[in-house]
Amino acid sequence: MAHSTEDDKLVLGGRTFKSRLLVGTGKYSSFPLMKEAISKSETEIVTVAVRRVNLDRSSESLLDYVDPERFAILPNTAGCYTEEDAVRTAHLAREAGLSDWVKLEVIGDEKTLFPDTEALLAATKRLVKDGFLVLPYTNDDPVMARKLEDAGAAAVMPLGAPIGSGMGLQNPANIRIILESVSVPVIVDAGVGTASDASIAMELGCDAVLMNTGIAGAQDPVAMAEAMKLAVRAGRMAYKAGRIPRKLYATASSPVEGISR
Amino acid sequence: MENITLIINGETRSITAVSNVLELIQHLGIVESQIAVELNTKIIPRGDWEKTPVSNLDRVEIVQFVGGG
Repeated sequence: MAHSTEDDKLVLGGRTFKSRLLVGTGKYSSFPLMKEAISKSETEIVTVAVRRVNLDRSSESLLDYVDPERFAILPNTAGCYTEEDAVRTAHLAREAGLSDWVKLEVIGDEKTLFPDTEALLAATKRLVKDGFLVLPYTNDDPVMARKLEDAGAAAVMPLGAPIGSGMGLQNPANIRIILESVSVPVIVDAGVGTASDASIAMELGCDAVLMNTGIAGAQDPVAMAEAMKLAVRAGRMAYKAGRIPRKLYATASSPVEGISR
Repeated sequence: MENITLIINGETRSITAVSNVLELIQHLGIVESQIAVELNTKIIPRGDWEKTPVSNLDRVEIVQFVGGG
């Protein structure tokens, strides 16, 4: 029974992706470094933010370094604290961009950047109605995940830990319950600090992992991008392969008979 | 030509009178292709820039994509 990784693809919004790693474009010290890291990660979906154009100095355009022909560009609504702001930002992104995909964030608290799930749900409903493909960044609450699915979200993206914290999956049990609660893809978004965090998310059965700081903030972002690529792949393969049950006591790996004494 | 005052991305600016959104974008020297424009909180689709007039004290928001997670 050979599990080929070739036919194990992520389907999101009717599109098919070989990579189960989504990466952000923020916090890099330069666009060329970002481009190299993105390339090394072999991601096919990258997130971007929507901000005011700087009128006083011409700056390089992010999209000169992330080819929209090659990558699915996923605009976010980062920094939005109300349903209204998030809906407006999504519409601006759709107007500026090429697609109606949105990584929907409605932040409820500045210190933790935890989502305001009440406003998130309301914004999801509106944007789905407006024809968006909505990928909401949510907390690790299975009930909210189901509500978002019912509202028409194309995936649910529970946080592993606070954005940029690098704490890894703080509540793997809830992520497992979310996986059992919804039928849309589950993408762990935020909290990944190192490769094993990404593997753990994938081993649980998550469909993909989204990260930004975990790569961009590493001492060597390009090397970390490759590590994350491998970790996501390894975690997925282990999940598909089916791990052994956990047992409290040992089971010998070598034959117990025929020991020469 | 007369000047008009616009509130562009939150800043009050006095600029040479422009007759429509397309002229405003060109006047500001914005070359990025992936931008969105909002005039008095209403998004103006690119195809409507030329036929959408800009008047004194209008509020204009011009956004683009930047790095983000």
